[in-house]
Amino acid sequence: MTIEFETPKPIVQQQYVLKTVADNMMRPHSRYFDENEQEIPWDYITFMHQAMKASGAGSLAPKEKKKEDPGKPKHPPISYQLLAHMMEIISWGDVGMYLVTPGGGLGAAAVQAAGSDEQKKKFLARFMGDKPTFAAMCMTEAGAGSDTSAIRSTAVLDKQTNEWVLNGEKIFVTAGDKSLTQYEQSGKGFVVIWASIDPEAGRAGMRSFVVEAGTPGIKVSKKEHKMGIRASDTVSIVMQDCRVPFENILGNPTVEKTTKGFKGAMATFDATRPLVAATGIGVARAALEFVQEKLTEEGIEIRYGLPRNKLTTIERDIIDMEVMIRSTWLMILKAVWMADNRKPNALESSMSKVKAGDVVTRVTQKAVEIMGPLGYSREFLLEKWFRDAKITDIYEGTGQINRLVVARNLLGYRGSQLR
Amino acid sequence: MYSFEPNEEQKMLIDAVSRYAENDLRASAEEAEEGKKFPDGLIEKGWEMGILQASIPEVYGGFGEYSSVTGVLAAEELAYGDLAGAMAVMTPNLFVLPILLAGSEEQKMEFIPPVIEMEWKAFTAALIEPSFDFDATDLKTTATVEGDDYLLSGHKTYVPYAAEAEAMIVYANVDGLTQGFIVPAESDGLVVGEERNKLMSLNALPFYDVRLNDVRVPKANRLEGDFEAALAASRVALAALAVGVAKASLDYAIEYAKEREVFGVKVAQKQAIAFMLAEMAMEIEASRMLTWEAAWKLDNDKDDAFKAAYLAATGAIDMVMMVTDRGVQVLGGHGYIREHPVERWMRNGRGFATFTGLAIV
Repeated sequence: MTIEFETPKPIVQQQYVLKTVADNMMRPHSRYFDENEQEIPWDYITFMHQAMKASGAGSLAPKEKKKEDPGKPKHPPISYQLLAHMMEIISWGDVGMYLVTPGGGLGAAAVQAAGSDEQKKKFLARFMGDKPTFAAMCMTEAGAGSDTSAIRSTAVLDKQTNEWVLNGEKIFVTAGDKSLTQYEQSGKGFVVIWASIDPEAGRAGMRSFVVEAGTPGIKVSKKEHKMGIRASDTVSIVMQDCRVPFENILGNPTVEKTTKGFKGAMATFDATRPLVAATGIGVARAALEFVQEKLTEEGIEIRYGLPRNKLTTIERDIIDMEVMIRSTWLMILKAVWMADNRKPNALESSMSKVKAGDVVTRVTQKAVEIMGPLGYSREFLLEKWFRDAKITDIYEGTGQINRLVVARNLLGYRGSQLR
Repeated sequence: MYSFEPNEEQKMLIDAVSRYAENDLRASAEEAEEGKKFPDGLIEKGWEMGILQASIPEVYGGFGEYSSVTGVLAAEELAYGDLAGAMAVMTPNLFVLPILLAGSEEQKMEFIPPVIEMEWKAFTAALIEPSFDFDATDLKTTATVEGDDYLLSGHKTYVPYAAEAEAMIVYANVDGLTQGFIVPAESDGLVVGEERNKLMSLNALPFYDVRLNDVRVPKANRLEGDFEAALAASRVALAALAVGVAKASLDYAIEYAKEREVFGVKVAQKQAIAFMLAEMAMEIEASRMLTWEAAWKLDNDKDDAFKAAYLAATGAIDMVMMVTDRGVQVLGGHGYIREHPVERWMRNGRGFATFTGLAIV
């Protein structure tokens, strides 16, 4: 081991391809899907599905273990690093469209993290099928956002039929519509519902359940209208005596006096937070590059190397934006590098998410300000990126809840010591 | 590949340097600052660890290989102990490394070995000039050709150990370009100020004004290489020192906040404080990453290495001010009392906007 910052070749190649996708399949359609919120970018979705299927990239289905060739030098693991780069550049293209990339998203990630081998086989194989397929994670409720212990949805075992009976309402489900509604272009998806099997037990009673599209008793009850990321559907889901087979529970079906299951869900976030941070950095980079292009068109050059007090305000702003974006990106890389190398990264992962949320909102706000009438106009995408950016500081744990996580890790405090 | 783990040699170095930083530099930092003098032997002991020597190839009297990454790792550790002490230990770097980076083969053979083969002795450099719009790439000190010599003329300030220095690099403007000149201390026309510079911090480290009244140096003493390389090496060094100072302040604030009771709980259990600490930690990590990458780019001759070094320094200047300010704030009134080191680190912190060229790795 030694300190190194050379982008691995497979990542360079991937980025080259994805840049073309972003330039051709995303940017030209960004405005349309922003202004037509309920439409679905099937062209992009189908293309990505075919591309990912062909390359095997982004697949969460369990892979057949390859026989190791002892003669071949071992490459260090880079799969999270690949993912972070992929998400950064696709979000540089359009973060709303990135969110409708098929492949299972957080729903599949939950199965991957907490499911048995059989469950993985049963639920994850579909993402490599003929049609693009979606899955969603349903955690948030009207009364339970960051405080997931306040979840009121219930799952009761019907011993007669050996089925779980789910009741409750979930909100803010990303891709919930595409996961539950059968479109002619899409395959059969599923949602992962967080519910309590023992309301007395608090977090220890919290479990997740796979509910497949077409299951009676579950439906999309509302589609949200959002500030940004409009190409991505965000919905409410109602469960009324929704019955799922016993084996659809992820993790231990009995309640023990531990919060292990819940911690499992939180561990999923250690892996995904830097990835979400990467999407934010993609948007921030798009905004910065737009400003840089416009300034270059106007013949304005940034004079790197000058002392601070000799720089113009715009030069200072651009330099600060570069510092923020690059340093945050490196924090993300460190967090995913740790994940790839199986080093505990709860601190680094949350730090990168907090920082990215701050940075992308500040960079896009500053970019719109600098560009004046061009920045505020819907003729350009900058104002859209400003609206898209803000979600980075909210989903996958708000900046505030992640600050708590960072602070607890830093101080060595449990949740009860720092509320 | 990406990797964020120092190699075995670096780990050993970090380990040794951090022990010295804690047991020696930190232990005597308050006394040194208040008494305006380092304890006898303190700086010599740091020098004997051979941090600089290990980054100089054998042909020039060293026993290693130049590495900016190793340099920034060591610098952070030193500054974690005490900034003034760190800069004192590293003062000979100001003379040696610009020669290594921008000097000719003859200059390297002649000037480097005597410095690094000896005990710590004052070899230094004069870059900063006493005006608010000082710009290292647009100096007021001039070098004009006269026959086989240059005549140096100008006014320098913040020159560490100038009064006892045997030689120094003097930076001057040559047709719009900054260039270094190797100047022996006994040169005619080189006048070191009688009194030390009075600064907001770094009081144990003696800084002086240096006036150059047509100081004559042979052409052979000009460093003809790219000054930008030395400037970039200086920027990553300062960024690393800033990270070290900031980390010191954060760690102290954490320890204090976990001890201090308020309303029946530790003050660290209050979000207002905990969030400040979290943000300090994030900004430190951001700066450290930027510094490491810039150093790695310098080591690997990347096209944008100089720019990366500039961005790392720029980020670190803001970071260290923000972090050290909060370090004081977390301690409240106690932070303002000189019994606690956080106020000293805050005074250190503001300096980074001014310290251009005062450290190099």
